[in-house]
Amino acid sequence: MPVDPSLSGRTFPPTAAYDVTEDRIAAFAASTGTPYQAGGPAPATFPIVVAFGAMQALMSDPEVGIELHHVVHGQQKFVHERPVRAGDALRAELSVTGLRQIGGADIISTSSAITDADGQLVCTAEATLVHKAGA
Amino acid sequence: MPANADWNSRTYRITRADLVAYADASGDHNPIHQDEAVARSVGLPGVIAHGMFTLAIAARYVDEALGETGRIAQIGAKFTRPVVVPEEGTELTVGGELRDDATILLTVTCGGEKVLGAASAVLRA
Repeated sequence: MPVDPSLSGRTFPPTAAYDVTEDRIAAFAASTGTPYQAGGPAPATFPIVVAFGAMQALMSDPEVGIELHHVVHGQQKFVHERPVRAGDALRAELSVTGLRQIGGADIISTSSAITDADGQLVCTAEATLVHKAGA
Repeated sequence: MPANADWNSRTYRITRADLVAYADASGDHNPIHQDEAVARSVGLPGVIAHGMFTLAIAARYVDEALGETGRIAQIGAKFTRPVVVPEEGTELTVGGELRDDATILLTVTCGGEKVLGAASAVLRA
């Protein structure tokens, strides 16, 4: 079953604040061998940990009609206003920016605004999710 | 752009243990990135790396080529081909080509096949 066509344009509530710690950045950096110095900028793709929470909320919303095991990550882009650092408390607010069907798959375009404790934009994470509904 | 930036390609060895560590660090515990049986049950040839793991390696390459972190203003790619990670591990090769003073086109391959589409990074001034 395809996803609800009214999904396009919908904005989901912001995620709970994610506390960025030295340990969390260091673990992320270490898992990909990326250089990281305490107090320095987090790796460029680190904000996925926050954006992923917002994507999970979208995918698990029963009204949306996504079957979680049929979703593939098609595309991802980060646009940084500034680097993330330990001490940041980040929230992600996801909007569905586009929805189209190609060959039985739903192509869901999303944009998550990642903001700090002051509400300032830190990063925009754009993700395309490909949903192939089960027969 | 640092004058001594080195955009020669680099090769990175990746293992299933790296994927487990990445799953823990990123929160993405989808079993297709850890469990051979689950991966095969959904039609994959074996355990595959998270697309975001591969993109993180591309970002690592940019940091290493520049010799400094925190310079990436934008980075993105399409996940065009799965990176299969067998028991014994595999290798990702990343290369960069300067398009202008700030934009780097990235080529990421595994076993000679491109695994990311339209991969690029833009550096902050």
